[in-house]
Amino acid sequence: MTTQIQLSDVFSIGLHHRFQWEDAQQNYVILFPEGMVKLHGSAGEILKRIDGKVSVGEIVEDLKTTFPDAEDIESDIMGMLELALSKGWLRKV
Amino acid sequence: MTQNTNVQVNNGVSTSATQTTPLWLLAEVTYRCPLHCAFCYNPTDYDKHTQNELTTAQWIQALRDARKLGAIQLGISGGEPLLRDDIEEIVIEAHKLGYYSNLITSGVGLTEQRIQALKAGGLDHIQLSMHDVTEDINNFITNTKTFQLKQKVATMIKAHGYPMVLNVVIHRFNIDHMKQILEMAEAIGADYIELANNQYYGWSLVNRSQLMPTREQLDRAEAVTNEFRATNPNVKALYVVPDYFNDRPKKCMNGWGEVFMIVTANGDVLPCHSARSLPNMQFPNVKDADLGWSWKDSPAFNKYRGTEWMKEPCRSCEDKEKDLGGCRCQSFLLTGDAEAADPVCTKSPHRHLIDQAIEDAKNPQLQAQAILFRNDKNSRRLASGELKSLIEQFHSLP
Ligand code: SF4
Ligand code: SF4
Repeated sequence: MTTQIQLSDVFSIGLHHRFQWEDAQQNYVILFPEGMVKLHGSAGEILKRIDGKVSVGEIVEDLKTTFPDAEDIESDIMGMLELALSKGWLRKV
Repeated sequence: MTQNTNVQVNNGVSTSATQTTPLWLLAEVTYRCPLHCAFCYNPTDYDKHTQNELTTAQWIQALRDARKLGAIQLGISGGEPLLRDDIEEIVIEAHKLGYYSNLITSGVGLTEQRIQALKAGGLDHIQLSMHDVTEDINNFITNTKTFQLKQKVATMIKAHGYPMVLNVVIHRFNIDHMKQILEMAEAIGADYIELANNQYYGWSLVNRSQLMPTREQLDRAEAVTNEFRATNPNVKALYVVPDYFNDRPKKCMNGWGEVFMIVTANGDVLPCHSARSLPNMQFPNVKDADLGWSWKDSPAFNKYRGTEWMKEPCRSCEDKEKDLGGCRCQSFLLTGDAEAADPVCTKSPHRHLIDQAIEDAKNPQLQAQAILFRNDKNSRRLASGELKSLIEQFHSLP
């Protein structure tokens, strides 16, 4: 997979997809026709910041501040966003 | 309604072993249906459950209770759910509760007015069943003149901004049109198309010899689907594999009491569509049992959870976690023993029953038998024993 994601990109949740917190599972989930995905810790933290307004760069900065001890956070975020984009959970605005 | 839906609890990102949660609630709100599909998944004795349907208030309570247990994907199915006039109310409540809701419909009864109300109420998507690209086969297999209507409804769904989710049950009469079916899906702007190879339960089992395609037809259909997938990434094509032609069974319902919960028209709570065909089982009913108890503690839901119930060859099989021994209903219907390995499995001593069924489907005499269409009269005839000869090879009413 080649990285096409730029720090200036802005994303929103994919068309026909819904992102929400599930109390019963203590997890964020993405819902779409015929399926769902559970998002664990960091994946949920990243996706909950996606609102169609903030840029990837801002999300990276935000997460670096929130989790100062996490190493290599930027590449984790990029990897997660790439996956989410390829699956249609996100779309570029 | 047919429901060959594979739940894709796609733990793509990361997983943790959790307690079982009924993530997927299927509300089979009515067994009444204007169509008469030859492959209908509903129980053949559905007719006895058409007079005692749950009320709107009972459905709403069931939705609330299931949501508390963690249910999140809601399928509103049937029969034809739109024969009830309270689907809009049910949808509004589902939306408030945070479900991702799906109306599974034949399209009959979906008017402009109703689709607007459903949209306003927060319905997330609509899954429309289609049958073929030809009017003849559509009308033959459903035993109704519904071809034009389905085309119209598809356009309406799209016009309202819904994702276009098509479900096509695949059988001998349409399998050679796979390419055209996929092209039709693309032409009407489908986002998803579920190619559900017929599985043999309910009416489908009664009509098995007439519906089953050959292995060669299946191979061709799969090749066509793969080719289509490679060139049309915008249409997600889900291909439900035909288990009879496999060496290993499917992990039925993703495991008994693992992620699926069905509430039937009359309120029975089931781990799968055909569970009532199993012997000596008492399923809870929402009218008198707590839903949390039904899911977690009822003897019926615990009976085949996990692997403890297994006998040989499953008990000592290295694949037992993978498929959980296949389908209990298929085992019972075909072998008479609900705890036997699914006869699809080549390790099963009953595999010959599946091979025989595949052979029977090539027998011109059996092929030419009249199809028994799904309707109230035939349902009563099957339940009364009048049509015994059609089902005597099975160990219970499919
Ligand atoms: S008859 Fe056809 S449309 Fe009606 S419930 Fe059965 S499969 Fe669905
Ligand atoms: S023997 Fe039982 S557990 Fe093993 S593959 Fe066959 S059905 Fe599955």
